[in-house]
Amino acid sequence: MRDVYIIGAGIHPFGRHDLSGLEQGVAAARDALKDAGADWQDMQFAFGGSLAAGNADAMLPIMGLSTMQFINVANGCATGGSALLSGYWSIKSEEFDMGIVVGFDKHPRGAFNADPKASGLPQWYGDQGLMLTTQFFGMKIQRYKELYGISDETLGKVAEKAFQNGSLTPHAWRREPVDLDTIMNSQMVSDPLTKFMFCSPAEGGAALILASEEKMKQLGAKGVLMRGASVRTRPQGSFEVFSPSLDVERGGTPTEVASKAVYEMAGIGPEEIDIAQIQDTESGAEIMHMSENGFCADGDQEKLIQDGDTKIGGKLPINTDGGCLACGEPIGASGLRQVYENVIQLRGDAGDRQVPGNPRLGYTQVYGAPGLSACTILSAA
Amino acid sequence: MAELLDKEEILKLEPLAEGLFRLDNGVPVLLGGKNKETGKIVFPMPSGAEAERFDVVPLKRTGKLWSWTVQRFRPKTPPYRGPGDDKNFQPYAVGYVELEDQVIVETRIMGDPDQTLKIGMEMELALEPFELGDEDKYVSTFAFKPVA
Repeated sequence: MRDVYIIGAGIHPFGRHDLSGLEQGVAAARDALKDAGADWQDMQFAFGGSLAAGNADAMLPIMGLSTMQFINVANGCATGGSALLSGYWSIKSEEFDMGIVVGFDKHPRGAFNADPKASGLPQWYGDQGLMLTTQFFGMKIQRYKELYGISDETLGKVAEKAFQNGSLTPHAWRREPVDLDTIMNSQMVSDPLTKFMFCSPAEGGAALILASEEKMKQLGAKGVLMRGASVRTRPQGSFEVFSPSLDVERGGTPTEVASKAVYEMAGIGPEEIDIAQIQDTESGAEIMHMSENGFCADGDQEKLIQDGDTKIGGKLPINTDGGCLACGEPIGASGLRQVYENVIQLRGDAGDRQVPGNPRLGYTQVYGAPGLSACTILSAA
Repeated sequence: MAELLDKEEILKLEPLAEGLFRLDNGVPVLLGGKNKETGKIVFPMPSGAEAERFDVVPLKRTGKLWSWTVQRFRPKTPPYRGPGDDKNFQPYAVGYVELEDQVIVETRIMGDPDQTLKIGMEMELALEPFELGDEDKYVSTFAFKPVA
């Protein structure tokens, strides 16, 4: 076993574009290669995925038919995280010295279309209007608010911070700050969440070049060390999207399991993390994921967020590029965007949104249907 | 519309799906599935090959509201088969109701979507007419409502 470094990070801005999903993935891959100072022909492997924009290996004829091992990854919302995990093990196991992970997507506007049969659910569940991800998000935070005393205003402040950070981020989709009143008074989508508290399906691409220490030195590249990467699926009794019924015996969450695993790999605890990118499909998710990832006890978010502790410059800056709320959520690219952001921050290259004080340890967590989470911990070189 | 149908008429409607509930002397009872090995109860009763691992069990008719939200925009069709379009859509509340020692069931909540809903409040099962927009007719489906 040996260390794994991220020696290049590339992104195609998130949002709405005239390019295909694949073209955005190609742009991100080229950006990452340039950043690493490496050639496509030198990549020994690729792991890539998209949910709605076709097979990632369609980029081979565009980038070059190098004969490398290219594996398409499809793992729901953790597609990017799973691609990264695969690349991580490929180098850690000493099988390969350098490769690329890439994710991209392009989704239609509005809520995702749901197909009961594809999720193994009866048709009536969709017929009568129960099969919506937005309902799940509303109900999960509704209960959490009641149990742990989170206010509506705190939900609004999460979104306000996201758009503020997005306004400083070149790859973000929403580049204008939105004031708290506008967020609170925007159209109610699924109580207690308003329109501005939800992210939207979007487009974009992200890519990372992974390498061993030896390879990194050969190239004269400056890398960020991967201290751990994990993907875990839901335990018995977790509350997930599209559940016609739940076990009366309540259990944990996939995020708690994946989080615990990545801290163990890295040999550190959540109190040591300097910067975190965590899944914020909507405002409530960021709040709940703060505790699921170990950054605070249930209910402490109210004070932390009201005090501004999760802003850039706060005690633990969260979603420094505006997260899904400001970047949108192209499923295949979303988890890799989080890692991209931490690489840039840990190198000190984040410009206007740079977290002060030379952050050393960065954490990411992407979560999604049907109940899985992928986490990473990176450390500055 | 829906409110114009009285209780007797609702009972005569064809159910949205078979096997969701039965009527005991005109009183609806949801049907769950009890896992033969673990004893855990799920709703609905599984169908197909999976059904062999479960026994049908009648579920409690009352329980406590576990969580809720309101569907404020018209869900996409498909899969949604309710009436109307984006402009005349009528919001509806949905939630989970905990049936003690059995299972927590996801359900539509009857009545005004802006009625006061509170986690922990007592809820009871009822049948609700549901208009199929694509067939221009009513069917019956299960829903819960706050205990008066």
